[in-house]
Amino acid sequence: MENVQQYKLEKEPQETLAMDPIKFILWLFLVTIIMLFASQTSAYLVRRAEGNWLEFEMPVIFWYSTGVLLLSSIAMQWAYFSAKKDQFKQLKIAISITFVLGLIFLWMQFEGWKKLVDMNVYFVGNPSGSFFYVFTGLHGFHIITGLIVLAVSLTAAFKLKVHKKNLRRIQICATYWHFLDILWIYLFVFLLTFN
Amino acid sequence: MSAIEGLETAQHHADEHEHHHEAQNFWQKYIFCEDHKVIAKQYLITGILWAVIGITMSVIFRIQLGLPDSNLSWLKPVLGGWISDAGKLDPNFYLALVTMHGTIMVFFVLTAGLSGTFSNFLIPLQIGARDMASGFMNMLSYWFFFLASVIMFASLFLQSGPAAGGWVIYPPLSALPQAHPGSGMGMTLWLASMAFFIVSQLLGGINYITTVINLRTRGMSFDKLPLTIWSFLITAVLGLISFPVLLSSVLLLIFDRHFGTSFYLSDIYINGEALPNVGGSPILFQHLFWFLGHPEVYIVLLPGLGITSEVIATNARKPIFGYRAMIASMLGIAFLAFIVWAHHMFVTGMNPFLGSVFMFLTLIIAVPSAVKGFNYITTLWKGNIVFTPGMLFSIGLVSLFVSGGLTGIILGNSALDIQLHDTYFVVAHFHLVMGAASAFGLFAGVYHWFPKMFGRMMNTTLGQIHFWLTFIGIYMVFIPMHYVGIAGFPRRYYQFTSYDFTHKYMDMNMFISIAAILSFLAQFIFLWNFFYSIFKGKRSPQNPWRSNTLEWTAPVVPGHGNWEGEIPAVYRWSYDYSKPGAKEDFIPQNIPYSQTLESNFPHENELIAQEKAIESQNFNDQFKASH
Repeated sequence: MENVQQYKLEKEPQETLAMDPIKFILWLFLVTIIMLFASQTSAYLVRRAEGNWLEFEMPVIFWYSTGVLLLSSIAMQWAYFSAKKDQFKQLKIAISITFVLGLIFLWMQFEGWKKLVDMNVYFVGNPSGSFFYVFTGLHGFHIITGLIVLAVSLTAAFKLKVHKKNLRRIQICATYWHFLDILWIYLFVFLLTFN
Repeated sequence: MSAIEGLETAQHHADEHEHHHEAQNFWQKYIFCEDHKVIAKQYLITGILWAVIGITMSVIFRIQLGLPDSNLSWLKPVLGGWISDAGKLDPNFYLALVTMHGTIMVFFVLTAGLSGTFSNFLIPLQIGARDMASGFMNMLSYWFFFLASVIMFASLFLQSGPAAGGWVIYPPLSALPQAHPGSGMGMTLWLASMAFFIVSQLLGGINYITTVINLRTRGMSFDKLPLTIWSFLITAVLGLISFPVLLSSVLLLIFDRHFGTSFYLSDIYINGEALPNVGGSPILFQHLFWFLGHPEVYIVLLPGLGITSEVIATNARKPIFGYRAMIASMLGIAFLAFIVWAHHMFVTGMNPFLGSVFMFLTLIIAVPSAVKGFNYITTLWKGNIVFTPGMLFSIGLVSLFVSGGLTGIILGNSALDIQLHDTYFVVAHFHLVMGAASAFGLFAGVYHWFPKMFGRMMNTTLGQIHFWLTFIGIYMVFIPMHYVGIAGFPRRYYQFTSYDFTHKYMDMNMFISIAAILSFLAQFIFLWNFFYSIFKGKRSPQNPWRSNTLEWTAPVVPGHGNWEGEIPAVYRWSYDYSKPGAKEDFIPQNIPYSQTLESNFPHENELIAQEKAIESQNFNDQFKASH
């Protein structure tokens, strides 16, 4: 009993938690995106369970685009590590690669849509096809916002404003970009499993 | 994301000018202001204007329902073509009125007006922060709301009328412009307005959560937070999770309406001609909508409950009964809010087994709600009650919450709901428990924090008259409405004169309408009191209600940054009222235990040792230490 009492006395009052508010805001923003896609995919499942569902093979190009996005995520991480070590040359190369791969991903998604049209799967028609376009389109929209964030970091990197002591911008950028990568992998696996 | 970048520069700006004495022009001070107190007032005034519009609409359709033979020609100057030459209300416009009343009251008044006002105003003041985590996002949140308001307001003036498919906008009615005049341009504007509204709520909610978690002052641990802040935090989390789902359902509806997809549409014939849409499911929309729609009920109600906790404890001069139970029950309600949505859909042909699962989950909500009701009443028990208008409205909220909640237990039963679904019984239920109760929370908050907002007092006598007229009026409207509902009156019908079974109840309907008009008129007492007191009210003392929370330690009219000099540290919870042995009957949160030796409990004496440690913690002052 005495021990317990002593422990109580020694216990320090807790510091009020203070994470970087901007990063905290980013995480909450990611929660809203998660909920957006969670509701879309559950709507997909509910609708699919009702039957009258057009089944089609996913065009191969989506496999390649997934690989491209994964590569861009790796490049992003490389950029972040370089910024941490103040290796500006590598940082510039890595962040440029990320940006270019992001653009290629977008273009490949668009090519994928063209393939779908060739397969007679249209946006207007059976909901299974419409959902496919909505998922890829919404994700593409978020990739565009991600590219804007990337562009901001990219210009900052070329002005040498990203370095060991000013990492917040590139941390936010990296978190968002990785999130968009994981989000796409989720959608990709989801669409493969429940086609 | 650009908002985040913008904030970064804004904060550097703040670092450079520690004391913010640079002159602000009119635009910076009142229009594009990033000060949470000004934004709160913007929300409040906009909310009040919307409330006037929304309640006026309800009075117009109550006249139509209760006094079907009346000549409405006198409304012609305002409604113009919507009143026929014979003085009759246009039936299509009746549906639009019902729809817009619901939309305006639920979203624009009780979500934006209530949460927007009090979360913005009270969170920084009660947790001891200089401002919100991101003033820029906060400003953006208000202006997105303003944009949504403008679009919704504009839709009222369309020649084809505003949206008229009910505030729940079920497809196919809302998806097909051919279905109804209101489903054309009115619906398009409704959807656009709601999309901006959702953005506004998300920006606001993200800010509230971040502020509460990251910017509390020294010593303000979660178990010392006032219940108001707990309720705003939980409300914001609910909004954060549910509003994206509404966005999702609205997005698919927009695709159906404008691009011809078939998410919600299938096998529809109009004038014998088949539409091309195949394979859609209208029930899917209901699932998505009510996944937002049910949490939305608690988004509306929880801030009112939080405000009530604070006002009742202060004016009963007693600690709140069951502080932790209050938090736990709010968390319980918030959790259950997400797994009961299908009780709005018992009659959609749902599997009866699934129905009974949702029924069971729904009825569990009675437990945390009853805990809250019990705790309010036990807080009042043997208190030295001061009947300020804020207190009266808080007690009124408890009364409405209990009597409206009781019928919730009836409606939650899937078997009973088959009889009662879409009747006036449902209307009476949710108006009591969600509409009137939350509105009372709003009134309580306005009366209680008016001195802090404007530095002046509202007239107490007028406030008490306003309370009694409103309280009696609300019950006179909604208690009889339950009986009308049990008798089988369906909601959203233009008139009841052409059915045999409704004749008997026409006098009751008339009674409801007259009561509604009287309670509507009583609100003008409030409006006069509110706007008169802003300019001419008695000057407020430092702490008019002798309350414990931090906002009363700030100057009577706080400037930007809220406290001059240091932010106060916090040593105790906010409910030390009538503590035995204390000199006064209240001890504010910023008084350390070492100064109140005469009233400390043994375990509180031990906490004195920690005070030095609390004082030495970092200030968590946004204006000084950049995050």
